Amino acid sequence: MNKSQLIESLANAEDLPLKKAEDIVNTVFSDMEKAIVRGERVEIRGLGSFKVKNYEGYKGRNPKTGEIIEVSPKRLPFFKVGKELKERADVY
Amino acid sequence: MTLTKMDIVKNVRHSVRFKNRRKSAQQYLFPELNCTFLSQKRANELVNSLFETIKQTLAKGENVVISGFGKFQVKFKWTRKGRNPHTGEMIILKSRRTVTFKTSPKLKEKLNMQAHRHDKT
Repeated sequence: MNKSQLIESLANAEDLPLKKAEDIVNTVFSDMEKAIVRGERVEIRGLGSFKVKNYEGYKGRNPKTGEIIEVSPKRLPFFKVGKELKERADVY
Repeated sequence: MTLTKMDIVKNVRHSVRFKNRRKSAQQYLFPELNCTFLSQKRANELVNSLFETIKQTLAKGENVVISGFGKFQVKFKWTRKGRNPHTGEMIILKSRRTVTFKTSPKLKEKLNMQAHRHDKT
């Protein structure tokens, strides 16, 4: 499912004009994105939480050529699945 | 600071407005009355509904892709042997399905541009 399908299903479920559903979806994700870029934690109960992790730089190797390369420090978001979603996704 | 659902609901209320159908005399004088805000309750309902849709889709085993943000994927993990880190006891972890998140390259780039700015200041 992509964003436009998500927008469509929200509009259908809540009887909203498509444009408004789009505004809502965009607001929600841009909010989350902004918080992550600021380095803040995002927590959505039932879905999961995002935390920004700092990774230090290290000397790595190109696995193909064996060449040593410098990997610079980076920041990456880390997603932890919420309890409810974890249970619902695990059908086994 | 943690961004919670409450903050998102607040922001949705601020940025999503609906046009009033009827025009009253007052609205010609005060154009800001042309729009109505969502009620707290309705905004909350809508945000919940959005996350519920995402959860339902993932529960069905389908991935959710938000361009520019990332991808929620359902992954199958095989049974494996593990250890209780506390007692060192051997345990068998059952195979399971779990949700992982893959960050979009766009977001990664934004996040690290910001990091460099922090270093300089």
